[in-house]
Amino acid sequence: MSLINYSSREINCKIVYYGPGLGGKTTNIQYVYDKVSPDTKGKLVTLATEMDRTLFFDFLPLELGTVKGFKTRFHLYTVPGQVYYNASRKLILRGVDGIVFVADSDENRIDANIECLYNLHENLAEHNLKLEELPFVIQWNKRDLPNALPVENLQEELNPEKHAAFEAIAVKGQGVFETLKQVSKMVLHKLN
Amino acid sequence: MVKADWSIFEEDYWAINSILSDLLKSSNSRSTLLIDRTGQLISKVGMPPDFDMMSFASLCAADFEANNQLAQLIGEKDFSTLYHQGAEESMYLSKIVRDVILVVLFDKSTTLGLVRLRVKRAVGELSTIVESLFEKLEYRNEEYDKPLVDDEFTKEIEAEIDSLFAD
Repeated sequence: MSLINYSSREINCKIVYYGPGLGGKTTNIQYVYDKVSPDTKGKLVTLATEMDRTLFFDFLPLELGTVKGFKTRFHLYTVPGQVYYNASRKLILRGVDGIVFVADSDENRIDANIECLYNLHENLAEHNLKLEELPFVIQWNKRDLPNALPVENLQEELNPEKHAAFEAIAVKGQGVFETLKQVSKMVLHKLN
Repeated sequence: MVKADWSIFEEDYWAINSILSDLLKSSNSRSTLLIDRTGQLISKVGMPPDFDMMSFASLCAADFEANNQLAQLIGEKDFSTLYHQGAEESMYLSKIVRDVILVVLFDKSTTLGLVRLRVKRAVGELSTIVESLFEKLEYRNEEYDKPLVDDEFTKEIEAEIDSLFAD
């Protein structure tokens, strides 16, 4: 739910990184945090377990710049991917403006990807949202795995609607910015 | 016409600030804040914070939302207020209409009872403003029908995005 504050001259939008556990959502945000200039980023909040598994969410505010006197910010969130954290995933989706689905290319994780995508549809419905009506980008992460499924197979199983999709190796930063650029622009176009 | 889900216009912002300032003084608190339930800070009044406000707003919203889920699990519609007590500083959060949260930060120079009493009045006043704000959004006047996020704006921000996320 984007917010335009005419008095403080700010536009804020929310992007959520969704996907199965250990798929690379936090890795994406961490890479963005490490690479963007200090004057454009806020504090990275990570609520995680001792084993560095996201417990509640990660949060990173990014300032894109000032246009027509308005500061535009994107608030990036990740959800916990483990199945039993569904209640947390649901509430992080509240007010979402754009979604990145970080899919795990590992052939052993295809069921987890499918289940998670189905879960996304369900959780959005609880907020009276439909995925088809939201800016949505898919990231095929972990393309460097020896047992990574071919992109064509992933597309067939997870992206028959042919949403924008990017290959990535998030631990090396590959594809991270391309994915974020795409979803950011889509969110802006929706505002226009 | 801006298609954002909601906007804060200048006159409403100052009306909100006025209520937050009254609440701050009458409850003898350190800070009063208004946050939307997606974690975005709408307004704040009081002592300048020595912590990151954006993180604070997102955590408050998540805190409130998590507690609402707990409420539903035990058969309640929601928990309309939350109180976190610290050794020196405490927080009182209260639900306003339309997914907005009021947060009051206070120390030992006041009491929870006084904060709760003053918040109750402020919630009523703020609810009126927020409701009228949403009504206004449905029937925009000409001044705000000039599109802010037009093609030119989008193009400029896209250039900023390309520059910020350049590998």
